[in-house]
Amino acid sequence: MSTASLDSLYQDIILDHAKRKLNSGLREPYEAEVHHVNPTCGDEITLRVHLDGDVVKDISYENLGCSISSASVSVMTELLVGKTLEEVEPIHAAFLEMMRGKGQVEPDEDVLEDAVAFAGAAKLTARIKCALLGWMAFQDASAQAQSDTQKETDK
Amino acid sequence: MSTSSLPGLLPELEIVRKDFPILERTFEGVPLVYLDSANTSQKPQIVIDTMVDHLERHNANIARAMHHLGAESTEAFEGGRDAVARFIGAPDRDEVIFTKNASEALNLVANTLMWARGDLQIGEGDEVVITELEHHSNIVPWQLLTERTGATLRWFGLTDDGQLDVSNIDELITERTKVVSLAWVSNMLGTILPIAEITKRAHAVGDHGRGAVVVVDASQAAPQLPIDLAAMPADERPDFLAFTGHKTVGPTGIGVLWGRRALLEQLPPFLGGGEMIATVRMEKSTYAGIPHKFEAGTPPIVEAVGLGAALDYLSHIGLDAIHAHEQAITGYALDGLATVPGLTVLGPLDATQRGGAIAFELDGVHPHDIAQVLDSQGIAVRAGHHCAKPAHARFGVQASTRMSSYLYTTPGEIDALIEGLEYTRRYFKLA
Ligand SMILES: Cc1ncc(COP(=O)(O)O)c(C=O)c1O
Repeated sequence: MSTASLDSLYQDIILDHAKRKLNSGLREPYEAEVHHVNPTCGDEITLRVHLDGDVVKDISYENLGCSISSASVSVMTELLVGKTLEEVEPIHAAFLEMMRGKGQVEPDEDVLEDAVAFAGAAKLTARIKCALLGWMAFQDASAQAQSDTQKETDK
Repeated sequence: MSTSSLPGLLPELEIVRKDFPILERTFEGVPLVYLDSANTSQKPQIVIDTMVDHLERHNANIARAMHHLGAESTEAFEGGRDAVARFIGAPDRDEVIFTKNASEALNLVANTLMWARGDLQIGEGDEVVITELEHHSNIVPWQLLTERTGATLRWFGLTDDGQLDVSNIDELITERTKVVSLAWVSNMLGTILPIAEITKRAHAVGDHGRGAVVVVDASQAAPQLPIDLAAMPADERPDFLAFTGHKTVGPTGIGVLWGRRALLEQLPPFLGGGEMIATVRMEKSTYAGIPHKFEAGTPPIVEAVGLGAALDYLSHIGLDAIHAHEQAITGYALDGLATVPGLTVLGPLDATQRGGAIAFELDGVHPHDIAQVLDSQGIAVRAGHHCAKPAHARFGVQASTRMSSYLYTTPGEIDALIEGLEYTRRYFKLA
C-alpha cells in the first residue's frame, strides 16, 4: 500500500471519530445487549440498543479495537440514533454493500454521509471486518430488541 | 551502532539473502522488509527448485506404485523423513511422523492419548498441565481432551517479566499429572522455557515409575535453536516434539511429530485409511508399524521432499550460527525499540534469554493501525493476538504488534522498522 492510499484510508473524519468515539460508554435503558468479537484480531465490542417504539433512541457501546473499528461504530451511532427502524434499514444495507463490494461499489453520500469515508477500508481485505464489527453488533442487538418488544406486545 | 560491528551476524548474510528470491520484491518501488517470520518463514531457492524438480521428474504416489517413478518418489519422501530425523537428532528415524502442521501433530497426541487404554488411559482425577503462554494449538486440544475424559486442565502462570513461573512446580506436577505439554519458545513473548527442568520433574512423578508424558511444541524453537534429542539425558528428553514445516523455511502443508518409539507403539491409531494398515478384513484390521500407523492416506509427498531440502539448507548454514544471528538481531532490535517513545516490549528484555519474536505496544496507536502504516513503508509485521490470547490477557493487553526476524534479517531492516514506528507516531500525531 502506498502513502497516498494510506491517506485515503485514514481520512481526517476517521481519525477524528476514532479519537472522539461519539456515544461511547454503556447506558441504561436498553432492550438488548450484544458482545461481538473479531476472532482474527481479537477486537471486541459490547453494544446496547434502546428502542422507543420504532425509533432508535440510543446506541451505547464499549469497544477495544483499531481506529477503523472505533471510528466506524462512532460514525454509525451518529448516523442512526434518532432515526426510525425503517429509515435505518437502507443506511445499514448501503454500508454493508459498500464494505463487501471490494472497493467497486460507488457509495451514495446522500445515504451514507460521513460513512462514505470507509470506502478506503473496503479495498483492504484485512480491514473490512474492522469496519463492520460495530454495524454487525447493531444489527444483532436491534433484531433482539425488536423480538423482545414483540414478545412484550404479544403478552 | 554501525551494523558491521554487530557481533554474531551471519558472515555471509548478503549471500544468504540472495537464496530467498521473495526478498527482492518491492511494492510501488518500496522494498519489502519482511519481519513476520514467526508467522511463516520465506523459502530459499533450493526448496522451491527441489519441489519443482520432484513434480516435474519424479512425481508418483509412494509405497504403492510398482514402477520407476513410484520407487523414486518413495525414496525422496523417505529421504525427507531422514532429513527431519537428522535435524532433530531423533534416536530412531521411524519415530518421525509427518502431519499437516504443528496443530495436527499436537492434536494427534491429544486424541490418541484420549483413546488410549491401560496405563496411558486418562480419566477423572488425572491432570494435564500446560502453560499460560501457549499458542492456541497447544491449549485447545488439551481442553478437548480434559473435557471429554473428565480430567482436569492446569497450567503454569507467568512472571511479570514474561518468564514461566516455576515457583509452584511441585504443586502443579504431581502423582496425578498424566501429561505436561509446553512450548519451547513462545511465539508472542519470545520466552525460552526450561524444558529440560520441567521434563525431568514430570518424568519423576507417577506410580509406574515412568512419570507423566511430556509434549514439547517446538514450532518456534526448531527454526532457531539447535535440537539434538539423542544427546539429551533420557530423563530430560521429552516424549513428543512437534513443529511445523513452514516456519523452518519449508513449505506449508507439512508438520512433524517426533515420538518415543515405545509410546508410539502403545498408542492407538489416529486416522484410519490407506497405508496405515497391515491387513484389513471386513470385521477388523491390524495396523502397520510406526511411522506408517499414524500416516493414513496419501501424505503430502512433495511437501515432505521440500521440508527435507529446507532442513538440510538450515543445517548447512548451521543452527548455532543461525541462533547467534537471531540473538544479534534481537538484541539490536530491542535496543532500537527502546528508543521509540511510548513503546513497551512484552516479554524478556535480554536477547540471550529469548527467541526472535518481539511483541510490543505503542501508546496511543492500535496494533492494526501500526501494521497498516508500516505496510505502506514495505514493512511486514503481525498485529493481533498471535493465537496467544491467554498470554495477552495475562499482561492486560488485547492485541499487540509483533516483529519477528530470521536468518535473512539485516540490521538495516531493523533500522527501517524503527524509522517506520517513528513515522507511525508522526502519522497519528503523537510526535
Ligand atoms: C508456538 C506455536 N505453536 C503452534 C503453532 C501452529 O503452527 P501451525 O499453524 O503450522 O499448525 C505456531 C504457529 O503459528 C506456533 O507459533
